[in-house]
Amino acid sequence: MIWNAHYECMEREELRKLQGESLRTMVERIYGNVPFYRAKLQQAGIEPGDIRTIDDLPKLPFTTKQDLRDNYPFGLFAVPQQDIVRLHASSGTTGKSTVVGYSHNDILMWSEVVARSLTMAGITRDDIVQVAYGYGLFTGGLGVHYGAEKIGASVIPISGGNTRKQLQLLEDFGSTAIACTPSYAAYLGEAIVEEKLDRSKLKLRAGIFGAEPWTEEMRTQIQQLLGLKAYDIYGLSEVIGPGVSMECACQRGMHIFEDHFIPEIIDPETCEVLPYGTLGELVFTNVTKEAMPLMRYRTRDLTRLHADKCDCGRTLVRMEKCVGRSDDMLIIRGVNVFPSQVESVLLEMSETKPHYLLVVDRENNLDTLEIQVEVEEQFFSDEVKELEGLRKRISGNLTSLLGLHANVRLVEPGTIERSMGKAQRVVDKRKLK
Amino acid sequence: MIIRQLSVFLENRAGRLTELTGILADNGINISAFSIADTTDFGVLRVITGNPELAEKVLKERGFAVKITDVIGIVMHNKPGALHHALQILTDNGISIEYMYAFASGDERATAVIRTDTPNKAIEVLQLHEMELLQAGDVYQI
Repeated sequence: MIWNAHYECMEREELRKLQGESLRTMVERIYGNVPFYRAKLQQAGIEPGDIRTIDDLPKLPFTTKQDLRDNYPFGLFAVPQQDIVRLHASSGTTGKSTVVGYSHNDILMWSEVVARSLTMAGITRDDIVQVAYGYGLFTGGLGVHYGAEKIGASVIPISGGNTRKQLQLLEDFGSTAIACTPSYAAYLGEAIVEEKLDRSKLKLRAGIFGAEPWTEEMRTQIQQLLGLKAYDIYGLSEVIGPGVSMECACQRGMHIFEDHFIPEIIDPETCEVLPYGTLGELVFTNVTKEAMPLMRYRTRDLTRLHADKCDCGRTLVRMEKCVGRSDDMLIIRGVNVFPSQVESVLLEMSETKPHYLLVVDRENNLDTLEIQVEVEEQFFSDEVKELEGLRKRISGNLTSLLGLHANVRLVEPGTIERSMGKAQRVVDKRKLK
Repeated sequence: MIIRQLSVFLENRAGRLTELTGILADNGINISAFSIADTTDFGVLRVITGNPELAEKVLKERGFAVKITDVIGIVMHNKPGALHHALQILTDNGISIEYMYAFASGDERATAVIRTDTPNKAIEVLQLHEMELLQAGDVYQI
């Protein structure tokens, strides 16, 4: 099923023309309405007239998260405040939160891209969609909500948390689809097992999971626990929120809605644009956003783009699951480490579950990596040699994948904090010193 | 003859053992015998109690990783050579011991708790040699 075949299956040449037109008008708008961008463009020696086609995109300077913080709260808005109908903000864990604004048309556009996304997961007006993303300043809840309503599905705006209620409504309302973070989906699945609920009573068939990195192994686990097909959705509030890209039924990457969000991959060091198929930092220009267009926004997400036609019929570029965020990437003794790598090792091993915490420290000027892993009830042996053996197996597998010695520490079940939203996977004590 | 022993995973964390003994105390569960196997990061507590099922339930409810393990208890005279005699019987019959701990009760008797992969065979050979084995019902009286 395709929600909007005109745009989703457009010939690439035609799409590029459309992108060029949108880019030209966007640059005119931000040049005229946002002093920050005007100064930035003037500094780069660019006049709006210099941007005519999509090929001119690399001439434009980049925008970073720091630019958003520097212009906190409304400095990057390109429309008067009267035209802003919605404000969202990031959690601001690494500094001042970043604020994003939406015009009425932006909300319509957002609903459109989420409707396209949900349609990829086979969701129609016959479905009951339980939205277990947080509602509020976070874009997840309301973003999926509006898209699901646009399709005409029955939406349950339960928001995140309150696991018992989630399970009750899954059963009583017969929700056929659920949208939440993958870590919360796994948590719900475990709760079903713990509460000994009869899974055959559930009608779930599709899950829309995103807002944090997850692995293929985690997908398998969630699919088994919840008895559904798990789809990956990608988005970031700066660009729009959820619905920047989404997996179709072929699950060969997430199609980016390029008529609204123009992607590029750059080398994070040199900022040079890289060809399709090359790993680099994802950059977006959300050309149609009225309230807050971002010019070549650096997402810090590392991925690859693929432009060959998908079996689903869509011509839209596909992005791979992000390898990690260049922010999340830890450099330990010069080795790049992503929490997602640890997760994939634990999920590959049948004796462990992906409840882990990376603790990075520095002893005698040498970085140390400790990985705390919960002992699972069913694999707990009362013989020390068995437990030591398990610890060594985990450590060995991690060391060979990471290329770095990782000291594994077994901890009691349930002691690593479960997150209702984005999971906290790393404690870097080096920064505290 | 088989005694159901409670095994609990414990992180090496200040006060963790005290939490556990508090839970058992609050539920009126008596500890007849116990031992701790420890490593740098964690320990495994092994406990003989009168009501292992209740102990397992209350500890699980409080988030402990708990497992019931089958062990046997050999009751001996508390005098030189008694343990050696018991172990010799096991060795002669090719029964290997995963771990064991022992305790004396009063001056007269001592009990060795033994974990082996083949508890039923161990019981058979020990009985053949007229060794006294701890009965589950005796556990309260240790």
